[in-house]
This record gives sequence, structure tokens and C-alpha cells, in this order.
Amino acid sequence: MERHLMDSKIKGVSTGTTILAVTFNGGVIIGSDSRASIGGYYVSSKTINKLIQVHDRIFCCIAGSLADAQAVTKAAKFQISFHSIQMESPPLVKAAASVLKELCYNNKEELQAGFITAGWDRKKGPQVYTVALGGMLLSQPFTIGGSGSTYIYGYADAKYKPDMSKEECLQFATNALALAMGRDNVSGGVAHLVVITEEGVEHVVIPGDKLPKFHDE
Amino acid sequence: MALSNVVETPASGFNFENVSRNVALDGLLEGGHAKAPKPMKTGTTIAGVVCKDGVVLGADTRATSGEVVADKMCAKIHYISPNMYCCGAGTAADTEKTTDLLSSNLTIFSMTSGRNPRVVMAVNILQDMLFRYRGQIGASLILGGVDCTGNHLYTVGPYGSIDNVPYLAMGSGDLAALGILEDRFKPNMELEDAKELVRDAIHSGIMSDLGSGNNIDICVITKQGVDYIRPYQESEYKDKRQRRYKYRPGTTSILTEKIVPLELEVVQETVQRMDTA
Repeated sequence: MERHLMDSKIKGVSTGTTILAVTFNGGVIIGSDSRASIGGYYVSSKTINKLIQVHDRIFCCIAGSLADAQAVTKAAKFQISFHSIQMESPPLVKAAASVLKELCYNNKEELQAGFITAGWDRKKGPQVYTVALGGMLLSQPFTIGGSGSTYIYGYADAKYKPDMSKEECLQFATNALALAMGRDNVSGGVAHLVVITEEGVEHVVIPGDKLPKFHDE
Repeated sequence: MALSNVVETPASGFNFENVSRNVALDGLLEGGHAKAPKPMKTGTTIAGVVCKDGVVLGADTRATSGEVVADKMCAKIHYISPNMYCCGAGTAADTEKTTDLLSSNLTIFSMTSGRNPRVVMAVNILQDMLFRYRGQIGASLILGGVDCTGNHLYTVGPYGSIDNVPYLAMGSGDLAALGILEDRFKPNMELEDAKELVRDAIHSGIMSDLGSGNNIDICVITKQGVDYIRPYQESEYKDKRQRRYKYRPGTTSILTEKIVPLELEVVQETVQRMDTA
């Protein structure tokens, strides 16, 4: 295994990755690819799950070191669940994002993981929060992250509209993921999308060959 | 000095007292012609497949120390619990101890809770432990088992990352084995087909990787029980010993014999009752 660990900044399995979250009218869509790599050129898993459910209506997607991200989300899931039981009500999306932020900020020397938290709560409706590598917490109407996101900033900025319908938003997210997976070598596999609304959670999986095709594919 | 060590229970966790000793030794050896021995790694090809009736795990049996084969019949499939086994790749000592520790903890758990441990529990314990040591424990593990929720196969990386997969190969021969698995794996295979597939995957690793070799071990875990076949297949390249290396008693002649009886006399006899209540 050691020969795979070349000069990658992330030791062990990295999620490479393209992740995004977009709010629409009545809910939020969170999406990711499904590739995990080691050293930047060995795909260790084609079907890794990067969309982790931390509560009934709150998901978070992970980027960076897989080990660090899984450990942080495990701790966060427990803390959010405990908080929710104490408060006797579903947690706010901001609370869940804050929990992740605290863990990332207080352990910033040791950890190499970033997150996007998205969900629905009664107080503010659909929301998206980014927790960056060093522990910065930012709320945005939509956000993209991971190594593959650099290839779709232009597309996302041009095509995002506030208050989209669910179908438009699904199309936007699918296109964005497909474009990023097409250009980034450490993103790939299938596209996982989760639609979170007041009513519930819907998981959509789009296999690689069913993704929209663009120029030169 | 020795007596006080016997009474003291060792402190929990790893003991790094020998680090300074090793550094000093390295310094001594640098100047001389001798080199410090490399830690024994398992080189290794290990693979696992989930089939209809259970989980099939396979491994080669070569353990290398640098360029020398240190153990030709090394057991890489470790017992975790009656329904779970774990293949280990990486540093031999780390995989041995980690799986041993896991097995002990799960035995204690089964005794106190009265239940068979679930595979997810074992995976979570491994993940927590390996993450805590930040990759210093060089153990890449394939954990497979059958419990009340079904047949499971998990990979645990040395940094603490986990993934739940239907088929898997790890170790230095993983790319060769994965080629076979990617080509012929189908969901819900029959047990015999799964055994053949794992055997072929390990065989491919043995042929294409220098760190893997010798025999193939297979472990089949089903609801009914475990079939640990060691070896499933012996290497066709076994060497034949040229001579007999055992010597008959009497080969070396005895010149003189002197017997000195020790005279012991019983001075005092006490019986102490042990409280076994």
C-alpha cells in the first residue's frame, strides 16, 4: 500500500471530490460524487458515501481526508442528537453546522476536512452552510466545494437563480456535478443527490452513464 | 528490580520507552557494518467477497522482512468473534495486536450484554482506535462477518477511514486481485463460486506481486458457522529438503557421565486454603 502514498498533502484515503448544496423554493438539494482516492491516482473506492445524515432533516457532505471527515461527523452526529433530545425539538441547521465548526476549529492542527451542511428547519426553512478547513462558518444560498468545484465556479455563478423549482434545481445540481466530474480526475463515479424538504428526504442516485453529456464527451 | 515489575500492572496504551534506545542503537549501527532489522511486514494479498449465504475471505501466507521471506505459513486471517474474521495487511505486529485487542473487547462485550457482537460494532471500535493513533498503526484490515442484520464486508484503512463494500482486495497485491474481482464479481453469488473467485484473486496477487506468495488460506463465514480452510491451496513451488535435518539419539557419543543427587529434606509443610467462593 505504501507505494500509493506519494506526495499527496492528505495522508491516507482522500475524498478528492465535488460537493455542492443549493437551496430552492421549499427545500435544499445536497449533492456529491462518489470517488475516494489515495495519492491522487489510485481510486480506492468508486462508491463511497459522502452524504452523511446527521439528523432527520440535516445532511452534511464531506471533503478532504476520509478518516478525519468520518471521525468528525461521528462526533457531530452524537452531539447534535444529544442536543436535540435536550431541547426536545429538532435541531436548527445552524446548530448542526456550528457543532461541525467547533470540532474543525478547535482541532485545526490535526484535521484536514471540510464540510457543507444543508437542511431544513422550522425557524429559517432551507439553509446551506459551509465549514471550511480551518473552521470558518459561512451561510450562503448555494455553495460548491472540493477539488472539483474549481471547474464549475463559472457555471454555478452563471446558472444559479434564487427561488428555483425542485426540478430546475435538480437539473442545475446534476449538470454542475457532471461538469466537475468530467474535468476533475479525483471526482467521479455516480452522482448522489439528496432533496430535503419539510415533508421528508429523497435520495436520488444517477449512475455515471446516465449523467448529462457535454461538449466532447 | 525484576520482582517489582511482576507486581506492577503495565500502563494502558502504547509504551514508547524503547524509542530513545532505538535511536541510540541506530547511531551505533550507523558506524558499523550491521543494519537494524526492518519490521516484519505482511507484503500481502488479501481479498473478501460477500455472497448469497455469507462472506468469503482469502489471504496469501507470505510474511516478508525487507527482501527475505520471514514466514512462509503466516496466518493473516485473524479470529475476531465466532461470527467475524479479519484479514490484515501492513505491519504484521500491528495487525496481530489490533485484531487481538478487538477480539478481547468484543468477548467482554458478549459476556456482559449476552449478545453476539455486530459487524458494525467491530468496525466502529477499529475506526476509533486507528483514528486516535493517526496512522502510526500500519494496519489495513478487511473485516467480514455475518450477524442478525446480514452479511457484511468492511475495509478499515490505517488512518481510520471505513467503507462498506460487496468485494474488496488490499495489500501490496491488491491491484492484481482487484482486476480478477472487478471482472467476475456478481451480487448474490453461490458459495462455491465465491470461494473460487477469491482463490483466483489471491492467486493473481501471488503471481504478480513479490510481497505475496506461498499458500492460500480461505475463510468462509455463514449463518451456520465458520469454515477456516488453512491452507485452501498449497503452493506448487514448495521446495524439497535435500537431507534429513533431524539427528537420532546417540549420534553424538557420550564420553563421561556424572550424576550428583541433590539431597532435599522436607523441613515444614503448610496448607493454605484458597477462597474460591
